[in-house]
Amino acid sequence: MWWYTLKRLFQGVITVWFIATATFIGMHNVPGDPLSGDRATNATIRANLEARYGLDRPVTEQYFIYMRNMLRGDFGISYTQQNREVNDIIREHFPVSATLGILAVLFAAMGGILFGALTALFRNRLPDYIIMFLVILGISVPSFVFAALSQLSLVNMNNVLGFSILPVAGWGTVSHMLLPALVLGLGTMAYMTRLMRSSMLEVMSSDYIRTARAKGLSPTRIFSRHQLRNAVLPVITVLGPAIAAITTGGFVVELVFAIPGLGRYFVQAVQQLDYTVIMGTTVFYGAFLVFMVILVDLVYGWIDPRVRLQ
Amino acid sequence: MKQEDPKDFAQAPGDRLTRAAGKQLAIYALAAVAVLVAVMFVLNALAGLTSSAAGMSRMAVDVENNIITTYLRDEPPQMNSMLASDAVSGMVLAHVMEGLLRYGPDDELVGGVAERWQQEGNTVTFWLRDDARWSNGEPVTAHDFEFAWKNVLDPAVGSQYAFILYPILNAEQANNGEVPVSEVGVDAVDDRTLVVTLQTPIAYFERMVAYHTYLPVNEEFHRQTNGRYGADADEMLYNGPFMMTSWVHGASMQLEKNPYYWDAERIRLDGINYAHMTSDASTLLNLFKDDQIVIADLGAEMLEEAMLQGWTLNQFMEGTVFYTDFNHRPERLTSNLNLRKAMALVHDAGELVNRVIKLPGYLPGKSLFPVWLPGAEETFREEYPAQEYRRDITKAKEYLQAALDELGLDRLPPLVLLTGDTPVSRIQAEYYQEVFKRNLDIDLVIDAQIFRQRLEKMTAGDFDLVASGWGPDYNDPLTFGDLFASWNLNNRGRYSNPALDAQVRIAQSSLDMEERMRAFGEIQRIIHDDVIMLPDYERGYVYVTHPQVRGIRRHVIGAETDFTNAWIDAGE
Repeated sequence: MWWYTLKRLFQGVITVWFIATATFIGMHNVPGDPLSGDRATNATIRANLEARYGLDRPVTEQYFIYMRNMLRGDFGISYTQQNREVNDIIREHFPVSATLGILAVLFAAMGGILFGALTALFRNRLPDYIIMFLVILGISVPSFVFAALSQLSLVNMNNVLGFSILPVAGWGTVSHMLLPALVLGLGTMAYMTRLMRSSMLEVMSSDYIRTARAKGLSPTRIFSRHQLRNAVLPVITVLGPAIAAITTGGFVVELVFAIPGLGRYFVQAVQQLDYTVIMGTTVFYGAFLVFMVILVDLVYGWIDPRVRLQ
Repeated sequence: MKQEDPKDFAQAPGDRLTRAAGKQLAIYALAAVAVLVAVMFVLNALAGLTSSAAGMSRMAVDVENNIITTYLRDEPPQMNSMLASDAVSGMVLAHVMEGLLRYGPDDELVGGVAERWQQEGNTVTFWLRDDARWSNGEPVTAHDFEFAWKNVLDPAVGSQYAFILYPILNAEQANNGEVPVSEVGVDAVDDRTLVVTLQTPIAYFERMVAYHTYLPVNEEFHRQTNGRYGADADEMLYNGPFMMTSWVHGASMQLEKNPYYWDAERIRLDGINYAHMTSDASTLLNLFKDDQIVIADLGAEMLEEAMLQGWTLNQFMEGTVFYTDFNHRPERLTSNLNLRKAMALVHDAGELVNRVIKLPGYLPGKSLFPVWLPGAEETFREEYPAQEYRRDITKAKEYLQAALDELGLDRLPPLVLLTGDTPVSRIQAEYYQEVFKRNLDIDLVIDAQIFRQRLEKMTAGDFDLVASGWGPDYNDPLTFGDLFASWNLNNRGRYSNPALDAQVRIAQSSLDMEERMRAFGEIQRIIHDDVIMLPDYERGYVYVTHPQVRGIRRHVIGAETDFTNAWIDAGE
């Protein structure tokens, strides 16, 4: 087990290094000038700025300097916010995205497992039809539509009631998080419902359930110990990537609900060619994703002993 | 025991397993809700760490504490007045800082830190008031201005807006690294007297001094911040009507009335709470409807709703002029005057604004000089009305034929229209594609680029036409007037005409306002006759404000939304 963990961690480091290198090469080959602004500047100022960001050196040298600094955990200073370190940006804004992401994944996982199990139990009956219709809706409608719609209906509800049930936008208390987290988790919830449904159906018709029934086990025990626990495995597999995807993919929801998450910096940095922020956020998110995948693999081995044996 | 088909035993109605499973699921759902509630308590505590509780769940107008809540369009990149180059930073700076001069409620120049000032030839003397204080109680002195201005011009600092100090003696040379910064013509004679020597006498220096690059910085404090000046609320000293008490990056900013401000009696609000940072128009409208912010700009689709709600609509010209620039480099087809004339005779800014863009508050462009610019007595455009091309397809075709003859072509190859990636620039580009194809059979290739890439292509001259915009830096026609001077680096089409250059020099150096306006009139005429560019529109906004908040001002120069004269009218 230790050997396996070490091996996975080593693979993870290689992956992150690859992500960093690919991003660095891609970024420097995108046309555009990170130092340009609204107003044209003279050659002296430009030269000084280039020297400050090390852009006057050859690209290969810049790459090695960057990698060395990155190993020390220093992502440099932002181009657009000239006195903020990228480390500060990540430290201040990632917790916001992560908080929102965790809540969204919780919504998604709990709802997905619950509704998935329900549809499987009531297969081809009314609850199944209703839930599966909503699932298709949840998968096919993009989150910005849900975000705008839910915000609008919230405003109208607040207006009708004459007081605020939930804040319309902003960040700070848990009441600010509820709606955005729900919207953010909706797509994943729908996906997990489908996953849970099919895996539940498969388990229901498996031999060991029949054996359990034949043994005369109580239905409660069959359901909770044998059905649910086996059926939930595929859902756990997608949980890790889902956390990473939700945490990093919340840009639209963050924009609509005016949430100060990292997603905004992630997207704006690319538009503004803010080299250091592009590198910082990409490497950070990349490492986060890789770490979540490794974590899930390890947890999976712990839940399902068969994986460890392979 | 009855034989069952294992495939459907779980679905049989009333089956024991389904009932038991249903019960289990219900228990499970209850547990899930309990876990969620617990998690939320934890997250609530966590969120408290990542944001300020002060900015939350307050209504737009807090009568009791005399505070209003509003928003910022974006996170200000920085509040360092010496480096800031964007409108949002400029707006906050106008609330928390004060320069020698500032713009009053009706855009007139009034004394700020300077009690009085006088220009004699190329010497401008500012006498500072003795009660101007920093937010730590220290007096604001002439040295604070000298330090800030010389710092801006230091090439090692690399300020993008250093050019706005260039009228000062040796400023441009110092900024180019040709002379040391100490040679710049700014001298704090004593704590309360600042003497500025200009390169040549100019008539509009005082209008430039109101710009935020001219704001003072306390040298001692600046040194203590160790390069982080303006990065956080406590990394700055304030001398304006308000001071920043908290700045949660990307989320909120709180301003409190500055007790040390010399004219504190004028300020009637006790605080401004920028509780949101977003540019999403529908989010802002929703926040306004939910009584969370005191002002919101409206998009076209929101006008109808605003009318239904019975809101009072206000309009404001934001100041920026948008135009389609031609590439005048000799190797480009667009350097041909007849071709440009043909295109000008087809171009119709009124149609573009009223039938294509359809955004409220936009004005069809007629000139490089926007409608709000001051002239000698009236506005500049009242004194020198803009000449216009009327759409005339027949004449346009004649000019096109003349152009083709001069160029020795049978048919014009496709022209590249470089543009941005915003929705407005896209529909504008598609409209031009349509108009020029239908009327002149000219093919336009749209090259939509993000801002930085568009800039690089503009600088490199990699375009035939480019959608451009220019916003003013100071309240004088020269902020637009020198744009097509042959030496101006922002003249991306590389237009070069000695006649226009001569007029720019008059406008720059003359001390006679009438003469200067005549020069601008002449520049406007040359731009029209030579079709240097096609004016598209002047950007404006339609906005709504909270009925209880009075005295909100919107300025073209300085604070786009100005709350320094605002107050809460609790009677409404």
